[in-house]
Amino acid sequence: MPVDSRGPRFGAVITTVVLAVVLVTSGVSHPLAGWLLFAQTLVFAVGALAGLRYAPYGLIFRNLVRPRLGPPTATEPEAPPRFSQGVGMVFAGVGTIGFAAGLPVLGIVFAAFALAAAFLNAAFDYCLGCQLYLLIQRIRPAH
Amino acid sequence: MVGGLIALAVVLAVASATGFAMRRRQGRFAAVPVPGAGTGTAAAPAAPGSALSADDLGVPLGAQATLVQFSTGFCAYCGPARKLLAEVAGQRDGVTFVEIDAAERMELTRRLRILSTPTVLVLDPLGGVTSRSSGPQRKADIVAALGRVLAPDGMPS
Repeated sequence: MPVDSRGPRFGAVITTVVLAVVLVTSGVSHPLAGWLLFAQTLVFAVGALAGLRYAPYGLIFRNLVRPRLGPPTATEPEAPPRFSQGVGMVFAGVGTIGFAAGLPVLGIVFAAFALAAAFLNAAFDYCLGCQLYLLIQRIRPAH
Repeated sequence: MVGGLIALAVVLAVASATGFAMRRRQGRFAAVPVPGAGTGTAAAPAAPGSALSADDLGVPLGAQATLVQFSTGFCAYCGPARKLLAEVAGQRDGVTFVEIDAAERMELTRRLRILSTPTVLVLDPLGGVTSRSSGPQRKADIVAALGRVLAPDGMPS
């Protein structure tokens, strides 16, 4: 089912802000950064596993932002942004485990990767997570 | 706090530089060197890795040129690229457009070193890859890359 292209883009902006706060917070309190990253991991998980129509930032977009913008100017298939939510879930999840396990460097590095991907999406409309699909397929041994 | 801000600044700087570099490269066709080129390029056989046959494509090669797009099901720019390439090919005689699922045709993906989608190849009448580009496509770039195959001597067709 096609989605309003502005929805995932809006979500990427919020994600960028949240992950930026995670990174800044990590300089103050590792547990606090860990909890915040955990919350973002859950947000990614809902979008990836339940679908974009249930994605929390998507709900904000649909209910609060889109009524002010008017009808969609462009739509796109759901699969690419949903897949990239899954990639975000894995990276943010590993980072969360890092903070929880007393390995803050792991947490910071994976939060940084997730932030870079979200920022590229928000600022350049570039879906880095989408590109990982083919690279993962290439790494998998031929069957 | 300061450490976190520095980390944030570094990540955003690196991501911005990456974004601008990618934006410059995206959609731009780079010529693929033909081995043995220089004299009589038209007759020079392409290396096996840089040519596609009708068997590879599953359809006959275009009489003048073939546009090949590698896509996946999780590719944000593949849909718009497909529309553009089909339109450009449809407006020209002897130009065929073929879309290939990169994940399903892994042997071709490896052979041609496809790393991202969409990747677009412009083939000459013999199936030799003359140029390629990846990322969101621009019509002017596609038309220009195609023009180099249709009129290799620089003569407008």
